[in-house]
Amino acid sequence: MTDRSRRLLLGTPLLAFAALPTAHAQSTELDAAIRAWAAGAVPKDGRVILEIAPLVENGNAVPITVRADSPMTVAEHVREIAVFNEKNPQRDVARFMLTPASGRAQVATRIRLATSQQLVALARFSDGSIGQHRVDVLVTLAACIEG
Amino acid sequence: MRPTLRAAALLLAGGTALAQSAGSDGRRSGFDDMSPALQALQRDDTQNPGQLWVREGEALWSQAPASGRACVACHASATLTGMAARFPRWDDKRQRPLTLAARIDQCRVQHQQAAPQGPDGAQVLALSAYLGARSRGEALRPDGTPALAPWAARGEALWTQRLGQLNLACTHCHDQRAGGKLGGATIPQGHATGYPAYRLEWQELGSLQRRLRNCITGVRADPWPPGADEWLALETYLARRAAGLRIETPAVRP
Amino acid sequence: MAARTLIHVPPNPKRGEVVEIRATLGHPMETGYRPDAEGRLLPRDIVTAFSCSFEGQPVFSAMLHPAIAANPYLAFHWRAERSGTLLLRWEGDRGFVHEERVTVKVA
Repeated sequence: MTDRSRRLLLGTPLLAFAALPTAHAQSTELDAAIRAWAAGAVPKDGRVILEIAPLVENGNAVPITVRADSPMTVAEHVREIAVFNEKNPQRDVARFMLTPASGRAQVATRIRLATSQQLVALARFSDGSIGQHRVDVLVTLAACIEG
Repeated sequence: MRPTLRAAALLLAGGTALAQSAGSDGRRSGFDDMSPALQALQRDDTQNPGQLWVREGEALWSQAPASGRACVACHASATLTGMAARFPRWDDKRQRPLTLAARIDQCRVQHQQAAPQGPDGAQVLALSAYLGARSRGEALRPDGTPALAPWAARGEALWTQRLGQLNLACTHCHDQRAGGKLGGATIPQGHATGYPAYRLEWQELGSLQRRLRNCITGVRADPWPPGADEWLALETYLARRAAGLRIETPAVRP
Repeated sequence: MAARTLIHVPPNPKRGEVVEIRATLGHPMETGYRPDAEGRLLPRDIVTAFSCSFEGQPVFSAMLHPAIAANPYLAFHWRAERSGTLLLRWEGDRGFVHEERVTVKVA
């Protein structure tokens, strides 16, 4: 392999070299991952919002914020927020465990996106119910491939 | 519109702080071409990953080294603001331009018995980030010493020279097509106002020389060796080309 | 080399105020999917867990995966009820552990 090819390899956005399964298999995997996490409860659209730019310049560090509507009292709070993805090598992005001491069900972080895909954020409430929000994101990677 | 050097020359001659935004002559920072999310990331010191290096540099500045003197022992804090705005400056002893990173390297070798690191060495990078950040908001006022003129001229020649398998000159993208799109990304004018910068592609902070090396390999040319005169000439030219624009170190860039 | 962090806790919150805590850790978050110059996969080296507790009581915690960007950033909330010390803790591959303590004065 030439020096230039090596540099090209190193410069290629992080996740591009994983062997990616077919799109259909990934959607099924995504649903399976969500089902496993939901552990019997059925996620319903709403009560949680995933904020992310619809068009992302570079998939290496994408800011996201997830917020769920909850008074965060002992009686009524969000227990967990989970984020899943469709087309990265793994479906899991992160899981966040909250407590009433959190005061507000809102979390922000920066994630990696291998390519344009769907992201799903879910919130598990203290009564066992689950809210979800699915967002489609377009990822345009940095144009110059260099080392 | 081709960003002109005429405005830069006027500012150099004037030498005083700008009354007006440099945007009035058509020049703009790459910051303006980024998405709102990335702009917010750069602006917020509690989120900007470059601050990890700035803080490290701040600690190193006062830290007594294993041997020799701490930076702060010689350099009083009051003179730090605006200092980064005057680089590259003329190094009379070595008869060549001197970047801030090279100056830091020299100081560490001479006064702390440290090994030379180059601009992307761990400590030099952190100290460059700290000193750059201390001049944030200051207008770039590169050294006007006449001896630098041939270096700036050589830098401009390199900027306008076709390079690499793609046979492109820097000017083709960053002057003639700035504001246009390259594969979905907006082409910036390429003003080096925020270095060292946190480039998302690197997932870490890096020097201007590193970024320029990326550009050179980007057009499929073989980059010049580290520390080569070509990088120095380009940095000297770029500082004059961006004269009057405000320092934004540590910048965040895609 | 000790891990670097950038932590922001609003100073002097009022009793009962919900504040946002921001924490960045310097860490490459090597995914395990990236090849080196010879084409061999670089081994995974990520932060896998983060937790924040106040005076021994859990406030917030997270399980992180390779999809979290390098120099991981987390922003979460905390209801400040009384003065005391927050403990932030990161754990990861290869036995990585890092802790930071932040003392907060609640008005």
